[in-house]
Amino acid sequence: MKLERSSPVTALRKSPSGILGFDEITGGGLPRGRTTLVAGGPGCGKTIFALQFLVNGARDFGEPGIFVAFEEESRRITANAESFGWRLPQLRRSKLLFVDAQPKLDIVQSGDFDLCGMLAGLALQTKQVKARRIVFDALDMLLALLPDLAARRREVYRLHDWLMARELTCIFTLKSGAGEPTFTSPQPYGFMQFMVDCSLILTHSVVLGVSQRNLRVQKYRGSSFDENESPFVIGDTGFNVAISRILGQLDAKVTQERVSSGVKRLDTMLGGGYYRAATVLITGVPGTAKTTLSGAFAEAACRRGERTMMVSFDSDGSEVIRNLTSVGIKLERFVKSGLLRMVSARTITGSAEACLVRIKALALAHRARCLVIDPVSALSNSGSEVRAHGVAERLIDWSKSDRITLVCTSLLNEIEGQAVGDSALHISTLADTWIHLNYLVQAGERNRGMSIIKSRGTAHSNQVRELILSNAGVTLADIFTAGGEVLMGTMRWEKESAERVASEVAEVAGKLKRVSLDAQQAELQVRLKAVQTELVAKQVEKTLLASTTASRKAVTLRGSVRIRELRGGDAPRRK
Amino acid sequence: MYKFRLFVAADTLNSVQAASNLNALCKAHLAGRHEIEVVDVFKDPKRALAEGIRMTPTLLKLAPGPVRRIVGTLADVARVMQTLGLDADAA
Repeated sequence: MKLERSSPVTALRKSPSGILGFDEITGGGLPRGRTTLVAGGPGCGKTIFALQFLVNGARDFGEPGIFVAFEEESRRITANAESFGWRLPQLRRSKLLFVDAQPKLDIVQSGDFDLCGMLAGLALQTKQVKARRIVFDALDMLLALLPDLAARRREVYRLHDWLMARELTCIFTLKSGAGEPTFTSPQPYGFMQFMVDCSLILTHSVVLGVSQRNLRVQKYRGSSFDENESPFVIGDTGFNVAISRILGQLDAKVTQERVSSGVKRLDTMLGGGYYRAATVLITGVPGTAKTTLSGAFAEAACRRGERTMMVSFDSDGSEVIRNLTSVGIKLERFVKSGLLRMVSARTITGSAEACLVRIKALALAHRARCLVIDPVSALSNSGSEVRAHGVAERLIDWSKSDRITLVCTSLLNEIEGQAVGDSALHISTLADTWIHLNYLVQAGERNRGMSIIKSRGTAHSNQVRELILSNAGVTLADIFTAGGEVLMGTMRWEKESAERVASEVAEVAGKLKRVSLDAQQAELQVRLKAVQTELVAKQVEKTLLASTTASRKAVTLRGSVRIRELRGGDAPRRK
Repeated sequence: MYKFRLFVAADTLNSVQAASNLNALCKAHLAGRHEIEVVDVFKDPKRALAEGIRMTPTLLKLAPGPVRRIVGTLADVARVMQTLGLDADAA
């Protein structure tokens, strides 16, 4: 065996896997041109992980690949992978080569042997398809043929050197028993974990009756990585690793844009609606119209023409639609037009993680801009609470970074709920807007009250409003406070109608008064006119009187002068 | 006439041993009635692929039928003889 080594050791580069979440954990994928070991028990998803690495490489990253199948026939592997929608037949023509290498059963063995035959064949095939990635699925099957540990080591290192010389990015999958290797019970192929540059461990366990799949990067030479176990799910499109936001990632862009809550007065209370990409939490005891409020939001979103998804853990999508129709929220037409996607999450089994991954995948497929999860507290039902909390965190992180406006409802314990309790998943601290619904029992009635507990970055009303559901829709009403008591429902209505009657009476009285005043005014005006006319007549009379007096005087004066002349008198002249 | 095809990996130790073991066996038991074709998988990988050769050395007995495959250095002579159907002849 010639020792071939790539002479200058280049800086570590990475081959993106294209697997959701995985590239984030490893900071970019698997080490390029090096080997990675994927170990796990039966049914962990080793083959799927490896195959998806090849498929994504061939399809998205221009790196053709070879799949060497030691265990299952390639025909069966491709058939099984069909359900993920990877379109293997198309890739198989040029970019993806399957090599069946199942050990032949009728083989007779006599003395030592090595794997040069396989490597010679692979070298040719690698050239043919210009392969950059290669997978050896179930290497243990091959190793089992070798007689002793020394031979296994020798052949594995031979393979390793061969790969290194060609700078192929390689995945070995390997079956391992339960648990991790320890000093007391070493794994049979433990040496491989030391040989490879990157080692992944997949586990599949059942916790409290709920299936949990976890992926852990055990080692990664020359790179930092997320060291914790990350839950993963094998979903409709293949492997999917759950991740929280990793430190140093850019914060999601914030916006001033508002979206309507679907209830006009609630928008006003919030100063214009929810923020786009905000997380809204609606809490309340059962029956406080949480679903209705979130349905109103969904309807408003659809009216704006935004793609919306509504996930219901409680009832079927069609039931939700029917129930919401009774309060004037008509979602059916949006479902028909494809704008709204109803998801009944009762059918999603598995861990909280699995639920989240499913929801994410569905939301991505639907290209949802608004998302309703009703109730999010259902996530804590399956699996441990610590995990469920992590799930809720990831849910919010994800929706924010994808700029999806998220409305979650959360069920509160009937007793705790009376005092504004914390929601089961501690979402309340993470949520941007928290709306609390409760009942007020008073005078033999239960009425729904709504209050905004918090709304980040928004001036919001501090007043409790009454939430009224009718077939005309959802409305909010002011509540009355009388003598320090809050009035709702019938009492509020009585108070309101009493006020209405009182104001009507006052209005009528006012009208009457006005009419009589008008009459008085008219009468006065008439009288004013008569007096004015009289005044004019008197003035005329007065002028007349003055003029007659003057002419009489003149006449008298002229008369006396004439008389004096006639008499020839010598009376003094007058001026 | 016995026809053999031996797939070897250049001059690796196992392959060299297999070739000499096969030659010795033929000389002892099949003198004058055998043909051996040696194929180097590195020089002719296409044939190795066509025959589905994973491990070297691999011996194929092509005739007389049925075809048999033996993997390894052929060190276990009794086992090889038995597989090739030569144990009766040798007796």
